Amino acid sequence: MVEVPATQSRGPSASEPGLHSAPDPGARATGLWSRLRDSDVLYSFSRSPITITAAIVTALFILCAIFAPVVAPHNPFDMATIDLMDSSMPPAWMEGGDSRFLLGTDDQGRGILSTIIFGSRISLLIGFASVVLATVLGVGLGLLSGFVGGVVDAFIMRVAEIQLSFPVILTALLIDGVLRGVLQVEKSGELAYWILILSIGISNWVQFARTVRGSTMVERSKEYVQAAQVIGIRSSMIVLRHILPNVMGPVLVIATIQLAVAVLSEATLSFLGVGMPPTEPSLGTLIQIGNDYLFSGEWWMVIFPGSALAILVLAVNLLGDWLRDALNPRLR
Amino acid sequence: MPEAVENKPAENVKTVMQVKGLARYFDVSPPLLNRILERLPKQILKAVDGIDFEITKGETFSLVGESGCGKSTVARLIVGLYRPSAGSIEFEGRDISGLSRAEMAPMRRRLQMIFQDPYASLNPRWRVRDIVAEPLRAFGLETTSSGIERRVGELLSYVKLAAADGEKYPHEFSGGQRQRISIARALASKPDFLVCDEPTSALDVSVQAQILNLMKDLQREFGLTYLFISHNLAVVSHVSDRVGVMYLGRLVEVAPASTLFRAPRHPYTRMLLDTIPDLSMSGRDRMPVSGEVPNPITPPSGCTFHPRCPFANDRCKREIPLPIETPHGSRVTCHGVEEGRVPEGPVIPNR
Repeated sequence: MVEVPATQSRGPSASEPGLHSAPDPGARATGLWSRLRDSDVLYSFSRSPITITAAIVTALFILCAIFAPVVAPHNPFDMATIDLMDSSMPPAWMEGGDSRFLLGTDDQGRGILSTIIFGSRISLLIGFASVVLATVLGVGLGLLSGFVGGVVDAFIMRVAEIQLSFPVILTALLIDGVLRGVLQVEKSGELAYWILILSIGISNWVQFARTVRGSTMVERSKEYVQAAQVIGIRSSMIVLRHILPNVMGPVLVIATIQLAVAVLSEATLSFLGVGMPPTEPSLGTLIQIGNDYLFSGEWWMVIFPGSALAILVLAVNLLGDWLRDALNPRLR
Repeated sequence: MPEAVENKPAENVKTVMQVKGLARYFDVSPPLLNRILERLPKQILKAVDGIDFEITKGETFSLVGESGCGKSTVARLIVGLYRPSAGSIEFEGRDISGLSRAEMAPMRRRLQMIFQDPYASLNPRWRVRDIVAEPLRAFGLETTSSGIERRVGELLSYVKLAAADGEKYPHEFSGGQRQRISIARALASKPDFLVCDEPTSALDVSVQAQILNLMKDLQREFGLTYLFISHNLAVVSHVSDRVGVMYLGRLVEVAPASTLFRAPRHPYTRMLLDTIPDLSMSGRDRMPVSGEVPNPITPPSGCTFHPRCPFANDRCKREIPLPIETPHGSRVTCHGVEEGRVPEGPVIPNR
C-alpha cells in the first residue's frame, strides 16, 4: 500500500478523473469514486515534501528488500564469500577501510551494507507478515464483536482490554517464549520467522479490533444493512460485502502505523536475543551484535544498522500519519 | 409457484395484510451488574402494545403519530426486521410473524421496504446498478448478467433515472434521486406490498411532492399496496386511503382519510389536526398541543392519553379503552367518545 503513491507518477492521474467522468458509459474501468478520492489524496501527497521524502525512503527500503540479492554487494548468508580476515573493518573512507565494504564489516567479515540490506529484508518481511496477521485477526474479531454484540462483544473486548494493559513487547515476549517452549525448537531453527510473526501479530490485533468494532457498530445500524436484511441476505454476507468495505478506511491507516511498530518490535525481540539468530540477522540482531563491540571502538557495527532502522521506522510512521490526515474528511 | 393457487381466495377477500394484537417490547434494562448492584428493576419498553389493523389490496394505509409512538417499529415488524413479542401478522391469510428463515424467503420477495434516510439506505461503496441488482441476485430472479443489466435499466427507468446512472455511486446523486434508487431497489423483486418508513421526511418539500407522485404512479402501474409511515399530516392526507393514528404504541383511531381529516373523533387526533395551519384563516377555536409524550417505559395507566386529554375523567385513568366503531366508519379507542362525553367537534373545512 505504502509505495503506491510513490510509484504512480503524480502528473497525469491528478487531472484525469475530472475530465473523463462525463460521457463514456462503459469505459470507466475501476471506480470513479475511488479515483476521485485518490486524486484528493494524491493532491495532499504532492503538497507535502516530508511525505514525498518518506514515501521515497520507504519505497527504497522495500525495493532494496525485494531485490536484495541483486542490490547488495555481497551475500552475507553465503559462507563461501565470507572471509574472517575481513572482519571488523571500518567504513571505506576511514583508515584501514576497504572499498569492497562501504560501511565496513562486522566481527565475522560480513559487509555491514549487505547485512543491512538483507537485514531490512527480514525485518520488513516479518513486519508485513505480522501486520497482515494482526489485521486479519483484529478486523475479524472486531467485525464479530461489533455486529453480533452482547456476550460475544463483551468477551472479546474484555480480552482486548486485558491484553492492552500489558506492554506490547511483553505480550510478544510471552507468546514468543511459550511458542519456543511448546515447539522445542533451537533458536537457529527456521521456525524463528514464524514464531516472530505469530508473537508480534497476536500482540497487535487489539488496535484493529477496537477500531473496527466501533465503525462496525456505526455501520450496522445504518439503513442499508436493514435493506439487505429485508431482502434476506445472510448476516455473514452482510458483514463481508456491506460492512467490511465501509470499515476498511481506518484499518489501512492503522496498518501503516503498525508496520513501523511491528518492525520495531521485531528489532526489540531480536535485540533481546529471542528473535532472529545471528546467522540470519534482522536489523535488530545486527544492532544486538554491534552493541557488543560499541565500547571497543567498532562503532560502525551498531550505528549503521541502528540508523537504518530509525530511518525506516520514521519514514513509515510519517507515511502513516499523512495517510491518517489525508483520509480524514474533517481535516481536508 | 404453489402460492399463486393459494392467493385466489385472498384476492376475493381483498385484505392483504391483517395485523392482530401486534406487540413488540424491548428490554432496555441497565446491564446486569448495574441492576444487581444498584437494585434497579428490569425495564421494558412497550414500543408497540397490541395494535390491530387491516390493509386491503391496492390501498395506502398510513400510520401517523408523534416521534417515539412506535410507527417505525410497526414497519420493521411487518418486514421481519423485528420479531413480534405478541400478536400475528397475516399476509394474504398466512401468519408470517413466526416463520423461519427458509419459510420467510418467498414472503420477503413480495414484502419490501423503502427507508427514511436516503443517505444511509444505500451502501456508499456499491455502484447503483449493484444496489438495485442485489434483490435480483438474492432471490435468483435474473441469473444472466445481461438479464440483470436489462432489468436494472428497466427499474431505473421506472423511477425516472437513466440506465447509465447505474454506473455511478450513491454520493453522486441528490437526496431525491437517492430515494428513487431506493424505490427502484424495493421494486426489483416485483413486490406486492411496500412498507414506506417516512420516505420523504429527509427531503426538501419540492422533492417530497415528486417522490410522492412517483410512488402514486407506481402504485397504480403495479397494483402495489402501501403501508405508509409518517409524522407529516400534510403528506399523509395527500397519499392515504385510510389512516391509523398511533399514540404510545397503541392505535387510537383508524378511519378513512377523508373522514379522519374532516371529522376526527379521538381527542388526540383532533389535537394533531389542529396543528395544521389552514390558508382560509377560519379563526376556529383550536385545541393547542399541550403536554409532552409521556415516557413509554412508564406509560400512564388506563388510556395512555389521559394526562393530556381535556375530556379525561376517572374512568380514563383506570380502564384501558377498547376500540368502538362509529357511524362514520372510523374506529376510535376512547371512553369519552363511547359515552358521548367528547363532543362531535367542528367539522374542519376542506383545505
